Amino acid sequence: MHYYTYDGTFEGLLTVIFEVYEQKAWPDKIEKQGQEQPGIFAQNKFIPTDEVKAARVWTGLKKKLSENACTDLYKTFLWEQPGFEMLIFRYVELVFASQANIEENFAADCVRQISQISRQIFREKHRMEAFVRFQKTADSLFYATISPDYNVLPLLKDHFEKRYADQRWLIYDLKRSYGLYYDLEKTDFISLEETQVNSKTGALPNNILEEKEPLYEQLWQTYFHHVNIPERKNKKLHLRHMPVRYWKYLTEKKPRLNG
Amino acid sequence: MKETVQEKLKILADAAKYDVSCSSSGGKRKNTNKGLGNAEGMGICHSYTEDGRCVSLLKILLTNFCIYDCAYCVTRKSNDIKRAAFTVDEVVDLTLNFYRRNYIEGLFLSSGIFKNADYTMERLVRIAKKLRTEHKFNGYIHLKTIPGASDELIKEAGLYADRLSVNIELPSENSLKTLAPEKNYAEILTPMAAITTQLKQSKEEVKLFKHAPAFAPAGQSTQLIVGASQENDHQILSLSSQLYQNYNLKRVYYSGYVPVSTDSRLPVLVNPPLIRENRVYQADWLMRFYGFSASEIADEKHPNLDLEIDPKLSWALRNLQVFPIEINTADYELILRIPGIGVKSAKRIVAARRFTPLHLDHLHKFGVVLKRARYFITCAGKSPELRDYTEQAIRRRILFGEGSVRNSLVKQQLELFQQAS
Ligand code: SF4
Repeated sequence: MHYYTYDGTFEGLLTVIFEVYEQKAWPDKIEKQGQEQPGIFAQNKFIPTDEVKAARVWTGLKKKLSENACTDLYKTFLWEQPGFEMLIFRYVELVFASQANIEENFAADCVRQISQISRQIFREKHRMEAFVRFQKTADSLFYATISPDYNVLPLLKDHFEKRYADQRWLIYDLKRSYGLYYDLEKTDFISLEETQVNSKTGALPNNILEEKEPLYEQLWQTYFHHVNIPERKNKKLHLRHMPVRYWKYLTEKKPRLNG
Repeated sequence: MKETVQEKLKILADAAKYDVSCSSSGGKRKNTNKGLGNAEGMGICHSYTEDGRCVSLLKILLTNFCIYDCAYCVTRKSNDIKRAAFTVDEVVDLTLNFYRRNYIEGLFLSSGIFKNADYTMERLVRIAKKLRTEHKFNGYIHLKTIPGASDELIKEAGLYADRLSVNIELPSENSLKTLAPEKNYAEILTPMAAITTQLKQSKEEVKLFKHAPAFAPAGQSTQLIVGASQENDHQILSLSSQLYQNYNLKRVYYSGYVPVSTDSRLPVLVNPPLIRENRVYQADWLMRFYGFSASEIADEKHPNLDLEIDPKLSWALRNLQVFPIEINTADYELILRIPGIGVKSAKRIVAARRFTPLHLDHLHKFGVVLKRARYFITCAGKSPELRDYTEQAIRRRILFGEGSVRNSLVKQQLELFQQAS
């Protein structure tokens, strides 16, 4: 039995895969350090991250896969659900064991699963692109709270950079305690010691908002309620598109501001 | 000021909501000027109304004053409702501030006819121009052209808008005469044709000169109202198909008529015909993505779509001679025609069968709905069904058979009926 642990980074996971091949000791489990369960017979072997080894695995994969398929592997890492490391490993194993490119071999379980995960991640990313709601502060920062099911924040950078090139913005993942901050020139990951954000609503305290912010929030609520056609009410469809767990940060789903 | 914009927004959003199109897709406007917004590629629905429709754009009328009296329209002159009008700056300000907060993809602006067509159209164009030139706004702009507006204004509109639309609303000239007496088909089709020509010309120019101004890069769309007049589905789909072919439309939208009026020229409807609207959308989808022609879906012998089953299954049952189709060898186009197989699973089938012969088990994992597909396929020569069924038998089994779709279908219909009551 071979149990491996790593530091929880993507490079760390690739390093594990490098070592597995190096030592020809096929893994039964790969887990982030600190999350592993003590096994009775197995020894957890911690593999320290090594950028050179990680890069070698990555280059090897790029030679045998399209860019999209490589991105799908990274997305599976961001998926963070139990067992994702072994899934990535099995895929990599299949890649290196086959002559031809296997990325369309949907009859293989790991290929199909990773393509499904990639779709889930895509959907979650797309939802965040849709459901982010910025509030404007007195010093003209546009701030939004998110807490996505999967760790999609790194995938949001391009989209929001292109869209809001002329305003400073910060999107903060409250669940994972880090954010993406654009200062009109570049975008960086940041993490805040403490936030003033209301953890239930994701909203900033009123006293730091720009004066007209509540007005626009209220106008948006008004708009949302008046585009609805009551004769066509279809709760099921509504919920399918906008599951309740996403409502908490949505301006239009918050109690109506009076005006 | 605060009161008025709030009030106006209520009235003018209410008046615009029956135009069902809210798409922000197909844009090609990149943010290259470090301005605000980006409208590339696929659209985004930022929210959904309680009726489950996508909210992508700030969809409002500039004004709901109108000199016309179209029977199916809330804004018609003879209707006793509150009227309001935004100023150009109010619309610009709302659009920018909603966009900056990520509420919307852009603006969908339409209007009642105030004074005359050109007067109104000129204001719509002014708003789009202001957004683009003064505010470097690269978000999505959809302008509805005002019937009767001059060619010059429409041409100018196309320089700032991503999409233009001319709504046909009524699927035949006859209905138009009774329900919208001030309008006529020529007045609708002429600007539509003008836009089509402009679109083609601009594409050629862009090929020749890289920096030629793009004209409505997301193309042109229209809307047809279903159920306000007596055209059958065959007529509606033939019209759509002509519009796609002759006018190169990007989308035809269908709006199940919501009774907004007690006008005696209209049929008495209690509920909007939502199931029919849904079937027409499915049929439209088949024409655009599945290679079906309008006449395959509905013809003189079958003028109306089956409300119980979707149009693809309905076609399959009328054409049993085409089946069974062999999953491992048939062309992609044929695989697409199998009930229970969508574009995604068809693509997977064609990709995966290069690696290994496919069995039923694979199909199931690819997301194929076997309850439907099983009557229409063979897998490596073997059929999942031991015997042949007649059209009626398959229909019955799919609708009522054990573990069939019947429950969900009945539920769906009940829900649809309950919604309105
Ligand atoms: S012209 Fe347009 S806004 Fe005016 S009544 Fe007719 S459909 Fe309504």
